[in-house]
Parts: sequence; C-alpha cells; structure tokens
Amino acid sequence: MAKTNKKAEEQPVQPVQPVRKTGLFEYAPAPESPAAAGDIATSYGHFIGGEFVDSSGSEALKTVNPATEQVLAEFAQGTEQDVDRAVAAARKAFTDWSALPGSERAKYLFRIARIMQERSRELAVLESIDNGKPIRESRDFDVPTAISYFFYYAGWADKLDYAGYGANPRPLGVAGQVIPWNFPLMMLAWKIAPALATGNTVVLKPAETTPLTALRFAEICRQAGLPKGVVNIVTGDGRTGAALTAHPDVNKVAFTGSTPVGRSIAKQIAGTRKKLSLELGGKAANIVFDDAPIDQAVEGIVNGIFFNQGHVCCAGSRLLVQESIQDELLDALKRRMGTLRLGDPLDKNTDIGAINSAAQLARITELTAIGEAEGAERWAPECELPGAGYWFRPTLFTGVSQAHRIARDEVFGPVLSVLTFRTPTEAVEKANNTPFGLSAGVWTEKGSRILWMANQLKAGVVWANTFNKFDPTSPFGGYKESGYGREGGRHGLEAYLDV
Amino acid sequence: MSELTARLDVMKTYKLFVGGKFPRSESGRVYEVTDSKGQWLANAPLGTRKDTRDAVLAARAAVKGWSGTTAYNRGQVLYRVAEMLQGRREQFAAEVATAENIGGKKALALVDQAIDRWVWYAGWTDKVAQIAGGANPVAGPFFNLSVPEPSGVIGIVAPQTGYGYSLLGLISVIAPVIATGNTVVVALAADAPLPALSLGEVLATSDLPGGVVNLISGRTADIAPTLASHQDVNGLDLTGAIAADGPGAAAALEASAADTLRRVLRPAVDPSALDWTVAPTTDRLLSFLETKTVWHPMGI
Amino acid sequence: MSTVAANAPGAAGGGLQDVAASEASLRRFLHGLPGVDAVGLEARAASLGTRSIKTTAKAYAIDLAISMIDLTTLEGADTVGKVRALCTKARNPDPSDPSAPRVAAICVYPDMVATAKAALEGTAIQVASVATAFPAGRAALPVKLADVADAVAAGADEIDMVIDRGAFLSGRYLSVFEEITAVKEACRRPDGTYAHLKVIFETGELQTYDNVRRASWLAMLAGADFIKTSTGKVAVNATPPVTLLMLEAVRDFKAQTGIQIGVKPAGGIKTTKDAMKYLVMVNETLGDDWLSPEWFRFGASSLLNDLLMQRQKLTTGRYSGPDYVTVD
Repeated sequence: MAKTNKKAEEQPVQPVQPVRKTGLFEYAPAPESPAAAGDIATSYGHFIGGEFVDSSGSEALKTVNPATEQVLAEFAQGTEQDVDRAVAAARKAFTDWSALPGSERAKYLFRIARIMQERSRELAVLESIDNGKPIRESRDFDVPTAISYFFYYAGWADKLDYAGYGANPRPLGVAGQVIPWNFPLMMLAWKIAPALATGNTVVLKPAETTPLTALRFAEICRQAGLPKGVVNIVTGDGRTGAALTAHPDVNKVAFTGSTPVGRSIAKQIAGTRKKLSLELGGKAANIVFDDAPIDQAVEGIVNGIFFNQGHVCCAGSRLLVQESIQDELLDALKRRMGTLRLGDPLDKNTDIGAINSAAQLARITELTAIGEAEGAERWAPECELPGAGYWFRPTLFTGVSQAHRIARDEVFGPVLSVLTFRTPTEAVEKANNTPFGLSAGVWTEKGSRILWMANQLKAGVVWANTFNKFDPTSPFGGYKESGYGREGGRHGLEAYLDV
Repeated sequence: MSELTARLDVMKTYKLFVGGKFPRSESGRVYEVTDSKGQWLANAPLGTRKDTRDAVLAARAAVKGWSGTTAYNRGQVLYRVAEMLQGRREQFAAEVATAENIGGKKALALVDQAIDRWVWYAGWTDKVAQIAGGANPVAGPFFNLSVPEPSGVIGIVAPQTGYGYSLLGLISVIAPVIATGNTVVVALAADAPLPALSLGEVLATSDLPGGVVNLISGRTADIAPTLASHQDVNGLDLTGAIAADGPGAAAALEASAADTLRRVLRPAVDPSALDWTVAPTTDRLLSFLETKTVWHPMGI
Repeated sequence: MSTVAANAPGAAGGGLQDVAASEASLRRFLHGLPGVDAVGLEARAASLGTRSIKTTAKAYAIDLAISMIDLTTLEGADTVGKVRALCTKARNPDPSDPSAPRVAAICVYPDMVATAKAALEGTAIQVASVATAFPAGRAALPVKLADVADAVAAGADEIDMVIDRGAFLSGRYLSVFEEITAVKEACRRPDGTYAHLKVIFETGELQTYDNVRRASWLAMLAGADFIKTSTGKVAVNATPPVTLLMLEAVRDFKAQTGIQIGVKPAGGIKTTKDAMKYLVMVNETLGDDWLSPEWFRFGASSLLNDLLMQRQKLTTGRYSGPDYVTVD
C-alpha cells in the first residue's frame, strides 16, 4: 500500500517542474440538450411595434452555430425603411410609455426579469448555440447577469427623483442601440433595462452573428405584455446599425463594440443633439506583484483572458508580471492552462468554447502570426481541436514588449501577452501606455499599494485581487478611447436622461 | 493747462497666459480690440496654433500635480482666486463694461457675481466625489467603490455671447472644470479678450500652479480646431463654438474630437439666449469626470 | 502494513533543510508563503464544484471514492461489537454486490485498534488510529506520545494526530513542529518502519486560509505523510476551499522537494455529490498522481452508504433506498 520515497540525500535539489498527468479520471460527455433552446425558426423578420414583421428588403443573413458551422436560422438584413419603421414605432410608443408612472414601468421590467428567470435554461442554451460560449458561462454568468440588470433598473423607474439628476428628470426619447456579439443577451440587458426604466423607447440591433437571443427576448416582451413599440428589434449587419444611429428621429445612441466603429458613430452624430454613450475596446493590464496571492492570481489571469474565449472588451490581455516571480508565475499559469477544457460549448464541463465567427478566428490567427513574426514566443497547451467549427487554443506569448502589436491591438481572443516590470511605477507607466482605458487588474497583498495603484491606473474599472467581475450596481465604462458614459449603477441612468 | 501737462497713463500690454507665464504670441502679432463704438482699446496677442500647442503641453504638465493635490488644497487655491479678484474689482468692472457695452453699475454687479462663483466652486472641490461617487452594493463578497477622476486636459471655447459672458461666463466655464482637477486651455472670446487676459494676472498671483489655466486670445477658428484635433487633449467644452464660427464649425470640432473619442460638451442650441447670471447647477462640474470603479474581495 | 517513513523528518530538500532551525527562521518561512485570497479560493472551489460527472466518469469516481474512505467511528460509545461490525462493512461494503471495492481504512480510537486489526486480518484494509489526545489535543506531550505508541504497538498502520492549535495560533510554530517530529518518532516501530502519519489541523479552528497554508507547510516539513483538515468534532470541518488549498500546498511541496504528501478531508462529507466535487478538485489540481487511496482519503462514515446507493443505481438502473444498504 504505502510507497517508499527516496531518502533525503537522493531528493533532487532543484525544484521539480510540476507536470500534471491526466488520464485516470476522464469526464464523460455531459452535454446540455440543444432542444432546450426551444424552437428556432428557419427564418426571422424584425420585431417592430410588438409584431414580428418581414423586412422591406429581400436580403437575408444566416446565423451559424460556430461550434459546428451549421446554419441555425436566416434573419433579415434590416434596410433603411425597416429602421425607419422601427424608429416610428418607438416614437409612437414613447408618448404613452414616458407618461406612464414610473411605478408601472417598473412592474413591466420586473415582469421581464421574472420571465427571463423562468426561461433561463432556454436562453442559456440558445445563447451558447448561437455564440459558441460554454454553457457553463451562459448558464452561470450571461443569463443571470442579464436578468440582474432588469431587476436592478426596474427598481429605479419610480425613484429617478433621487438619482441625483434633479427633480423629475426626463427621458430622451427614442434610443438607437447597437450591441456586439460577445455577450448578446447581457449587452441587450445593459442597454434596454436602463433605457426603459427612464422612460425611453428603444430600437435595438443585435450583432449579425448572434441575433437569436434578442429575437427570443422579443417574445418575452410580448409575454410580459409590454406595450407595442416600446422595444423594437431590427436585425442586420453594420449597414443596419449605421442606418439606426444616423436616423434623424433617434435621440439617443448607445453603442458597444469596436473603437473604430465607435469613432465613426461619434463623427456621424457630431453637430446633432443626439446623446451618445460608447463602450469600446480595451487592452487591459493585469498586474501581478511578487507578494500576490499566487494561486488566486493565476485563476484571475485565466479568468481575465480565457473567459468567453477572450471575447471580452475588458479582458486582461496584457499580463504585467514583476520580474522576480515571472518564472514561478508562468509555470503555474501554464500548468493551469493545461487543465482548460476546450470543446463542445454545450458540454457542461467545457471551459473554452468556439470562436464566434470565421472572421474573428481569422483576425486572431493573423494577430498571433504577427506576434510570432515580431519575435514573441508562443505557447499553447496541447489540446485537440474539434474538426468542424471555429477554434483557437488558449495561447500565451512571452518576451512581449510594449512595441509589439499583440501588446497594443485588441486581439479579442484567447491570447495573453506577457510583459514584465520591476517597480510599481514602471507597472503603472506600462499599464497606462495605451490609447485604451477600460479596465485593469492588480494583484498584491499589500493594501496601501493596491490603493495607490488603483489611483494611478487610467481605467474605468480596476479589479484588485479579482478580475472580470460585473454587477448591475457597479458602473462600467472606459477612459480615453475605450469610450464614454457608464453603464450600470446610478451612473448608468445618466446616459438615458435629458441631463 | 495744455494736454501735455496732464499725466500720461501707463497703458497695459496684454499678453497670453501660458504655463503660469505671460508670453507674447510666438507669431509676434497682435490684433486690435475695440469697444462697441469701434474705439481702439488695446492690442491683444494673436495666438496661433503653435501657441495653442504650447499651452496644451503646459496644461498636460500641470495635470499630475493639480489632480494629485488634495481636494481641500484645490478649494483653498480657488478661494484665493476669489480674494485676488475682489481686490481688483473696479479694474475688472471697467473692462467688463467696455467689453460688453454695459453701464458701470451693471458691470460691477457682474464682477461681484464672478467672484461669488469662484467661491461657490471653491467649496465644491472636496464634495464632488461625494455626490458623484460612492459605494456600490454588489451581489458578492466585494468592496466596490466608484470615484470620479478628472479627465485631464480640457480645451474650452470660451463663451462669446450671453449676458456677462466676458468675465462671469468665462469663470463659469473654467472654475468647474479645474475644481475637479482638470487643467484647461481656453480659446478666448475674440471680441472681448481683455477681462480674460487680465484674469490671467489674477490667476498668476493666486497660488494656482502654472499651466492649470492657459488663456489664448486670437481667432477661435485657429485655436479651437487645434484643441479639437490635439491627441493630448482629453475633452472639449464647445460652449462658445457656435457663436464664434457658426454651427458648422462647432460640428466640425465635435467630429474632430471623435478621432480619439475626446469627451465633448456641446454648445447650447441658441447661444444668444444664454444668461450667465443664472445660478449654475452641477452640470459643468460633472462634465469632465471619469468614473473609476474599484473592486476588492472581502475575506479573511 | 508498514513502511519506512515516506516523509522522513528533515527529508525535505529544495533548500528547506534549515527552515526549522529556529523559531525565527520557521516563522519567517511560514509568513513568507504566498497569501491566500479567500474570495478567489472559494470561487475556484465553487467553480470546480459545478463539473458535471456522468456515466462512466461517475462509475469510476464512485469506486475510487469508496476505495479512499477512512471508514470512521470515533464515539465515546464505541464498543468492540460496533468496531467489528464496521470492519465487516469495510471488508464487504455491499453484500448484494461483491464487485464493490473495499474502503481504504478503518479509523478508530487507540483502544479499538487491536479489535479492528483482528477483524481486518487478511485484507489490505489499513487500521488508522486517532491519537495525541484527540480531538482537543490538550494533554502533556508525554501523554500524547504514549497515546501514539500505544496505538502503534496495537498494530495501527496509520496515526491521525492533532496539532496543538493553541500553540499554532499564538505563533509558537516551532513548538508545533517539534511536537509533530516527536509524534513521528513515536510512530516508529521496533523494526524501524513507521506508521503512516496524518496530521490534523482542525482548520475550523485555524480560521484563516493563510493559517491553513502555513500549517500545511509546517506539517509537511515536520514529516507528515498526510495532511488532514479536521477531527469531525467541531462546527466547521472539511470544506472544498480548505481542501483545495491543502491540495495546492502538497502540489507546491512536491514541486519544491520531490516528496509527495497525501491529503485527507474529514467531517461533513456525506454525499456522493460532495465526494465528486473533492475528486474533481484532486483531478484538476494534482492529476493522476494523487488519484489513489495512497494519496487521498475521505474521513467519513455516512458517505459510504450514499456512494453505495449511487453505485447500485448505476449498476441496476434503479434508484436505491436506505433499506438496500447496510447500516452499521
């Protein structure tokens, strides 16, 4: 039974490289049933004025399951006429909706939240199928977080007098909202919940690779009895989005997505009276000091960059590690990366799902190739990639400098660049040396250093000894080219009020 | 008595205010400032793009110190500005009267209000964080705090219209922005730069660190676009932009600011309807702030 | 079964030989270990707890878990009859299914060791004895050592000692260290082999995770073969985060010294679902090297029956009930 170990003098003196062997305890497939996603229609129109309607145009787009490349459904490419019709429906609905007592608006939002809770499994499965993210995340993060925003803002609807924006703050009117594909339902919630609570009506365009949960949300609005036209969903690609943000009868533009598109929207609406909020790209530094809680820091690094396949604007894509613990930390990180389970998003044990689209996979592939060409050293754990679908191994680049493109450009994939620093001042300088300023992470057990670092970092969210945490009460948004305005919390109301 | 026997006034040479110093325009050029009847009042420096860029450099250099000082200390400094202004009340009244073509009494009242406005904003410095930030009750074992921070360097197109614009208006746009720790470069009203340039002299003697406020007189059509397109400017207050060069110019400035997503405070739809004597709200105080939210776990 | 000391005192290489040279050096070392962020540790443990273990994986894990059980009775009311019955259960956990694996050990008080030893004659099932004035450990050192020696003399294969939490919490680390080395020596049999030493921290009393990490390293440096969470006699016993932290400690200790140490969570692990979570933690933190009763144990009593019921469900396809497993 007992095993004889080597005696002291036979023990190796140098540290043993920890290698995790696997094989005895292999998890059997634990797939969530795709049928739980509910019925997916073969083709979808827009949701305008409380009804599903056909597009005025004939162009249709396809949304595919990125884990299988199978077409899930066709949906309409929204035309200018479609957008016009949706904005008109929202405008029509605005009069009554904004006149409704806040307490009544609140109840609609509470209803929506409750129905989403009831249908949470369906929404999670649908999200994973359309987006490629692991069911573990859609089930435990995306859907519950989306719901929490509706609950939170529901409560604000009849308390706006106390929000710090003066007595009886007024809504703006019709909000045109364009959201990305990385957290489709959660982004929808971040946009629609505060807009409705403050008395605006909305036209929302989901991303062209992930329209399904938004269309399902339209059904939920119907179940909740939401007055027609308060929420309108128009699908399509960037052309539809541009038509929406450019529409003259839109009073408010809210956009989450890339910095280049955000910039073009800001230019487009210059000189108008449209209120604009932008939540754009990032290149967050995750800074690890030598006195960090190492095991939790490793978890934080992994969560920071591999959560949602790295399709996260606030991802901790630049690891800044103090030189004195670089080797130790990288060993631990690699060991941990070796345990990440990549594969079927619907398997409950999958940690890393599919890349959302072929285009995104191409971009990640290109940027990582540039990283190698520029001399950074690439590492990824051995893991088998499924045959069909879009996949990318969790990848680490060491020997990266601030000048490398993988340290400056947003990769938006599971790719971590590792840089080093020697002093806190150097860490801050490197962390802030980017046009972005969305988020940052700091790992150290020294309290006063945390607060000093938090004070110095130019980022809208600073996670200290944690990473990628979100909450409806907590404002989120960036400095500099990461956008302006805040979503979440009391601050998030301002973007939808005429103040 | 002939005119020659009367004492000759010493006339003032008006200069730019940049980095706490009073440089002439690098162009060496000036332009004539006249009163409402076309009577020559003084030569004002014709600030250039280069002067504006120098001012941005000075403003950037001042950000760290000014935003890093305690809010209490910033309040003391702003209050000191009010004290200095009080001491030169009559001089400013005379300049405002000619600039805005109003009577001496009215001008004096405007100067008094301008002084009081400094005092109002001086008191805000250490309270903004309490109304704009606070703890957020997140659903988890985390301490979560939102704090407002200054955006950085803010370019301001000074008010060009509205009752009291030449001094009270100017102070109404500068004071709230620096109260929170930003630094500013101001494109002054081209037709009424004299009270503003004199304000520079007050600021220079008020413990305000050099570079926190920079004042450039000249053509807004030169100065404002330089500010709007400057990558190291973090925000733009376009208050006077429509009145200065028209709505098209204002829109162009906003579009230019979009290049690096600089924050923009748009001008009023009808700038001629502005009345600077109206009591301010916190709007301008909150316009150039970034909310930073810090999370930390709570555990033993 | 006997063994030479797997983790001989002072065996630790990797530059750790002089750590316990003085109170000051030991303290410096233990306080120089990386801190533990409680929220992050608990989140990681909870996240591993969401793994879905189905079908073949579940069958493997159930049998593994059964084979890792230290089937325990530590009651004042224990009798020879009770211990014999438990040993019968250990030999033959599921009378209806001889393919059910045997447990790893029986865990009893020192005065029951001889009884258990006799009852388990001819099997590989170990006899573990708690000792050192278990569970409080509040006795003079000679008394504790006598307690250990008595159990070893009676044939105990394994000794589960408790550390002096009072000394630990008041910072007298060297005292705790020396007590462990003394107990280790008391585990030595006349033939020079050692009873396997498990060191119990009573993590519920240590309160902080930083303390658990320090206690883990202290015990491993002092010669523990296993580190164990709890006595099962206080309000807070084994928890997933505490166990995860101890798994990380043995992982790091092996990386630094080459010596492999076992881990035993004890107390409060009652269901198959609980056991699965612990095995997932072992699997994803340490891997195959620790996936055996030699390196991981469950200190439990009621857990066995729940595992057996789940096992019956897997083999027969029908949900079992408490009347179909034996109560001993």
